[in-house]
Amino acid sequence: MENKGVLMTCPMSSYLEEQLQKRFRLLKLWDSQMKADFLKQNSHLISAVVGNTVLGADSELIDSLPNLEIVSSYSVGLDKIDLVKCKERGIRVTNTPDVLTDDVADLAIGLALATLRKISVADGFLRNGLWKNSDFGLTTKFSGKSVGIIGLGRIGSAIAKRAKAFGCPIGYHSRSRKPNANYKYYSSVIDLAANCQILVVACALTDETRHIVNREVIDALGPKGILINIGRGPHVDEPELVSALVEGRLGGAGLDVYENEPEIPEKLFQLQNVVLLSHVGSDTVETCKAMADLVLANLEAHFLGKPLLTPVV
Amino acid sequence: MESIGVLMMCPMNSYLEQELDKRFKLFRYWNIPQTQQFLKENSNSIRAVVGNSMAGADAQLIESLPKLEIVSSFSVGLDKIDLNKCKEKGIRVTNTPDVLTEDVADLAIGLMLAVLRRLCECDRYVRKGLWKTGDFKLTTKFTGKSVGIIGLGRIGTAIAKRAEAFDCPISYYSRSEKADTNYKYYPSVIDLASNCQILVVACSLTPETRHIINREVIDALGPKGVLINIGRGPHVDEAELVSALVEGRLGGAGLDVFENEPEAPEELFGLDNVVLLPHVGSGTIETRTAMADLVLGNLEAHFLNKPLLTPVV
Repeated sequence: MENKGVLMTCPMSSYLEEQLQKRFRLLKLWDSQMKADFLKQNSHLISAVVGNTVLGADSELIDSLPNLEIVSSYSVGLDKIDLVKCKERGIRVTNTPDVLTDDVADLAIGLALATLRKISVADGFLRNGLWKNSDFGLTTKFSGKSVGIIGLGRIGSAIAKRAKAFGCPIGYHSRSRKPNANYKYYSSVIDLAANCQILVVACALTDETRHIVNREVIDALGPKGILINIGRGPHVDEPELVSALVEGRLGGAGLDVYENEPEIPEKLFQLQNVVLLSHVGSDTVETCKAMADLVLANLEAHFLGKPLLTPVV
Repeated sequence: MESIGVLMMCPMNSYLEQELDKRFKLFRYWNIPQTQQFLKENSNSIRAVVGNSMAGADAQLIESLPKLEIVSSFSVGLDKIDLNKCKEKGIRVTNTPDVLTEDVADLAIGLMLAVLRRLCECDRYVRKGLWKTGDFKLTTKFTGKSVGIIGLGRIGTAIAKRAEAFDCPISYYSRSEKADTNYKYYPSVIDLASNCQILVVACSLTPETRHIINREVIDALGPKGVLINIGRGPHVDEAELVSALVEGRLGGAGLDVFENEPEAPEELFGLDNVVLLPHVGSGTIETRTAMADLVLGNLEAHFLNKPLLTPVV
């Protein structure tokens, strides 16, 4: 397959880059100084695109690649890929589900614990030598708090399974009730927020779920409620979240994703009731390797005429 | 009961202090300038001592209080109370078990996630504005890592139950094999350490368990292993732990307790593979209130000649 042209959109994994280089004719979009010219000169060579949550395949890119056959995304979310356009042109699309579920669910629980128990603040308190002069204040218990999950897919279910072991009652919202789940279903996000203490965003980003956490939802969650977002930044109306946190109308937040990454509202930097991570949901050595292997396996299956491992389109 | 003298050893909880003041004749030991003089004048009126994990009732204090009937500790561990002396003199001793189990187990899982996923370091990275300069590094997956627990009592069992929801294989060390668990038993701490990736100290502090984590155990855990201590500082040979971490012979550590609290080894302050907390295992509003109510409940039961709620001696 060394003659197959594969376009990688941005740096995402050095292992994946190395393997693509070894197995295909790898073209790096970020290497070329003149993107437009570069694409024009090489467009006919490219039969596959490897993208991620930062840079996928929008309609412009797809239109510029006449021989594109497959987009293999190094991510579970596909919001940076024009799926409609891919369908139209018969371009296959794959993602990396399942392999990152555990990591993202782990991080959701880690954020809930770190926010409620102020783990990062307490670590700073000790490292700054403050323990000698004063006690660290009391924090909030996690076990037994009710957890509301928006989106009971793979990741949402994995979060629920973990939270149950902490004695947390689980509620969820999704487009429709899941027949095989024993958790309490809410058809409205506001009702879910009003009836839980920790609200977790774990759904896919679509037009319907954009700003699914708005001012009304935040107010329903209230000054003792905690918001955890391990989904996508645009799930949350970020200016509303920031003002609720600054004004004390929301108890706290654990955030791994933001509307304009890598920009984060600087007003959050001063707050002690938030934990701020840099979109690291699946960024472990183990999972990145598994995701890269899945991208490679999907490409190889496609070019060998075998069934794709994790097809979306 | 307003005439009964209760000696509180150090500030531990303002709600407890307030309630003791309301219900008994409260003496605040930490406010007394001349303790010898004070004891000479008041020893005959003190019938109860309220201590915690920082200041309990040692032989000298017990000897100086001839009318002492009960020591009610605001803690589950009793390593600061001379239990033999209490037994000899017929002094009752109570602690606060169960009510803090969940919080301490939650914190153990929180420390595991914080150390492996570098939650505190990542939060610092984001708040310093470093995300714009590049992605945060890859971290280590938690789900599926083998967890070894020293001491499978109430807290150890609660940690095991939570870790199981993360698909972690569980093994344990204790003086004897527990009949009612399916977890793998190791009669040697070194064997446990060489067969797990995360080692948690969850036993009580006794002369036998002092420095149960020594250089051999640390070396058996190794450069990819992580030590979590939510027990007591003296469980760990701290000098050995510090040198193993500084030299990279141990992968990381999450520590809530230290040998000389509130001092913590400053060599650790610059390390990113450790999370350092100021002994906050049970430090939530919910649990401290429940612990205070249990201290008060035990004292009142004693002075009303009713059965103690949580007697140890």
